[in-house]
Amino acid sequence: MKLRSRRRPIPLLLLAVSAAVLIGWTYTARGEGGEPRYFAVKNARIVPVSGPVIENGTVVIAKGLIQSVGADVAIPPEAWVIDGKGLTVYPGLIDAGTNLGLAQDDDAAKKRAAGPAASGPEDRPATTPWRVAADELKTDDKRIESWRNAGFTTALTVPEGGIFPGQATVIDLAGDRPGDYVVRPRASVPLSFKPVGGFFGFPDSLMGTIAYVRQVLDDTAWYTQAEPIYQANPTKTERLPYDRSEFILSRALQNNELVLLPANNSIQLVRAIRLAGEWKIRAVLYGGQQGYDVAAALAASKIPVLVNLKWPERAKDGDPDAEQTLRELRFRDRAPGTPAALAKAGVKFAFYSGGLTEPKDIFKSLKRATEAGLAPDAALRAMTLDAADILGLSDRLGSIAPGKIANLVVTDGDIFNEKTKAKHVFVDGRWFVIHEEAPLEKPGEKKSADGEAAAAGQAHHVEGVGR
Amino acid sequence: MKRAILFAALLATALLPRAARAQNSGAIFIQNATILTVTHGNIEHGGILIRDGKIAAVGADLKAPADATVIDATGQFVMPGIIDCHSHIAVDGSVNEAGPAVSSMANIADVLNPNDIDIYRDLAGGVTTANILHGSANPIGGQTVVIKLRWGKPASELPFQGALPGIKFALGENPKHSNFPTPPGVTPRYPGTRLGVEEVIRQAFIEAREYKKQWDDYNQRKSAGEQNLIPPRRDVRLDPLVEVMEGKRYVHAHCYRADEILMLIRVANEFGFKVRTFQHVLEGYKIADEIAASGAGGSTFSDWWAYKMEAFDAIPYNAALMNERGVIVSVNSDDAQEARQLNQEAAKSMKNGGLSANDALKLITLNPAIQLGIDARAGSIDVGKDADLAIYNHDPLSVYAVVQKTLIDGQVYFDRQRDLAERAALATEKQSLLDKEKKAAEEKKAEEKKADEKSEKKPDTKPDKKPSPKKKPPQDASNSGNANNASVATGATGAAR
Repeated sequence: MKLRSRRRPIPLLLLAVSAAVLIGWTYTARGEGGEPRYFAVKNARIVPVSGPVIENGTVVIAKGLIQSVGADVAIPPEAWVIDGKGLTVYPGLIDAGTNLGLAQDDDAAKKRAAGPAASGPEDRPATTPWRVAADELKTDDKRIESWRNAGFTTALTVPEGGIFPGQATVIDLAGDRPGDYVVRPRASVPLSFKPVGGFFGFPDSLMGTIAYVRQVLDDTAWYTQAEPIYQANPTKTERLPYDRSEFILSRALQNNELVLLPANNSIQLVRAIRLAGEWKIRAVLYGGQQGYDVAAALAASKIPVLVNLKWPERAKDGDPDAEQTLRELRFRDRAPGTPAALAKAGVKFAFYSGGLTEPKDIFKSLKRATEAGLAPDAALRAMTLDAADILGLSDRLGSIAPGKIANLVVTDGDIFNEKTKAKHVFVDGRWFVIHEEAPLEKPGEKKSADGEAAAAGQAHHVEGVGR
Repeated sequence: MKRAILFAALLATALLPRAARAQNSGAIFIQNATILTVTHGNIEHGGILIRDGKIAAVGADLKAPADATVIDATGQFVMPGIIDCHSHIAVDGSVNEAGPAVSSMANIADVLNPNDIDIYRDLAGGVTTANILHGSANPIGGQTVVIKLRWGKPASELPFQGALPGIKFALGENPKHSNFPTPPGVTPRYPGTRLGVEEVIRQAFIEAREYKKQWDDYNQRKSAGEQNLIPPRRDVRLDPLVEVMEGKRYVHAHCYRADEILMLIRVANEFGFKVRTFQHVLEGYKIADEIAASGAGGSTFSDWWAYKMEAFDAIPYNAALMNERGVIVSVNSDDAQEARQLNQEAAKSMKNGGLSANDALKLITLNPAIQLGIDARAGSIDVGKDADLAIYNHDPLSVYAVVQKTLIDGQVYFDRQRDLAERAALATEKQSLLDKEKKAAEEKKAEEKKADEKSEKKPDTKPDKKPSPKKKPPQDASNSGNANNASVATGATGAAR
């Protein structure tokens, strides 16, 4: 299934319908100009996630937000109306951990991770918390479109490379300029415990890396305490040295940013729970795949978990005769059961695409989780409202309710069914028509000059402007 | 009334799930064993009563109480659980933080790995307690922790409660990186000589002393009511060194040569702390009196020597000779495999140096317990101590001895018969998981093949099946809906690690 979308070109005729309609469009004419800002999807099955399913209802979108939703709501005259007969409306899906929009520069990341050999914590090895994903967004990342076509409207995009690689950003998957994408620029501080020293530099061990993070967080707490004292008493106190990491992290933690701690197996999960308590941070664990073993401990900690959907598998090019330990085999077998175990234990969790490179693999992975016992509505919740809740954005994302950001996916069936296709996607109230690829020309046949536009024209879901 | 209470108690007991009941009563009686108490001789046909994880009674004339689970040890030998004073098992990641010459910020307690199979294997060798040490890459290494080998329990339940934490020091070739030369392009690390090792340790303690003074000063001014004080920074590297000077943390110093051992005793005296154990201490026999006078213990190998320059003067009589001069001596493993035969390692000192059987046993029980400051709780079979026991089918100092059961806190953590009985089921489980994986892989392959065939039938599909993500715009991919339409950049790793 090859999907592709395009902002639907608006026929000139329609643009000129009436003055009243035009006045209704308050959209400032940036970019394409005069975009419609009012939509209604009617006669559709609506799954708001925050409430019961509406079997036949209408969602009204106005200026980027959901205006109303229900079985019987008025459609404003200025709205473009989509007949949702046979279609289902879901909140836009949220990928709670990806690097969408960030440069795929492994070398640069490696360089950041290695850095010059450090002799101790004071050298701040592999520490660049000032890098904010929002500031490095590349909107030409092709994956943004493919994620959106699959129904994803929001993602936490996370900088990589190093122990403190930067700050992660919540983005919506559409916009004209990078800034349009950004929902919350400084949403979280991701951490990695991967040693970077390579025996001749600090830290070169897991315990050294943990000690390093402990020192940096201590220093940050110190700076947070010392800075106001110094500012109030500059003549009585020795001047404070400036440390960029302390300075940035001090602000991030005072702003209550989430701290993402890596923890995939049961040992790491239990350890991360302990460290989160010791460090008094707003922790969220990412990885989580052996959560089935420690679900009770996770529930007791009340720390949310971002579950990596790239389930563990046997190394592709591994030695076929290598002895597989029972522990590894059990892990690979049971990992997809983690979401079900977390749901049962009452752990708040969301999903992230992790190392998956195609949206269809995300759905395949989700299917394994539901086959392993995760209720489909719990899966949907984890992909929408719970993800928004973990990110501290459930007041504006994650469900279909008045006032929420108009992020919607309209499908022709159950969203977790393999054969289901997304037909429309709304991101911040911007309308995307998703359609299947037009058949390719036979060899020798000349492709039309504007094949893409022609293909887009084949979509017939639009009923036209109301009234 | 009394009867009513009793009845209620009985009823409550009956209603408890079986596991909880066993734990609640907790009484275990080991009967008809040869008991090697270590502190008060051997008891033939004796019994040990265990209640609440502690040894409640030991003697020849004990009878099993009605509520106790009986372990019949007829013809078997019970000794105190073995204590390995130098171990590197159960560590997640590297045991060395080898970057800085002073890596005291690193803490083994942060990275305990309760799933390390070596825990179970060492249990099968009768080991119940181990001193988990940082490696020897640095003059001052990381913080260390004493654990009980509670296999199956989470990391938080491994540490030996109440045991003082430690720190690893290292002298000689390893901290000066003699045996792993610096690669080209990397600045060699200081220190490169034994003189430098001493200097690094002294420098660190000078810093720690100054750091402590800063904090004392701050706390004093603060308690005097001074306002707007900025506290000193906390330094995770110096904190443990202050603890060493305050006697709250033991120093376990890796060492070989007599000269460096004397050096560390002098440095310790200068900064007012004591070295708790000299580890390896292969030339300890040359300066046993000095070590004994310093109050340090010696934890050595039974009979390793000449494996590197600084081990050339090592002799297998070391343990016995130090013991003779009043040093508290233990024999350690430093190795997950050797830990499984520490009983035999101890026995070697009977041949090499003529230790009595009981003194040989002490090398792996009471003496390491003293060295780790846990002898009130472990190291011998005495009433009131933790019920950490190893049950052998022969005298443990015999080469024929095989561990039958290992108990920690009165719980059986290793049972040879149970292990043997469970093997078939584990093998079956493993095979079924392997089969399941194989089947899934075959199905996936078939599905991919099918998809390929399907797309090959379409005349308009390009023959090139390889996904070429970056060059191909998405609309060039076929619409076969499957395997090969890699339209998005591959190689993305997201936040996965």
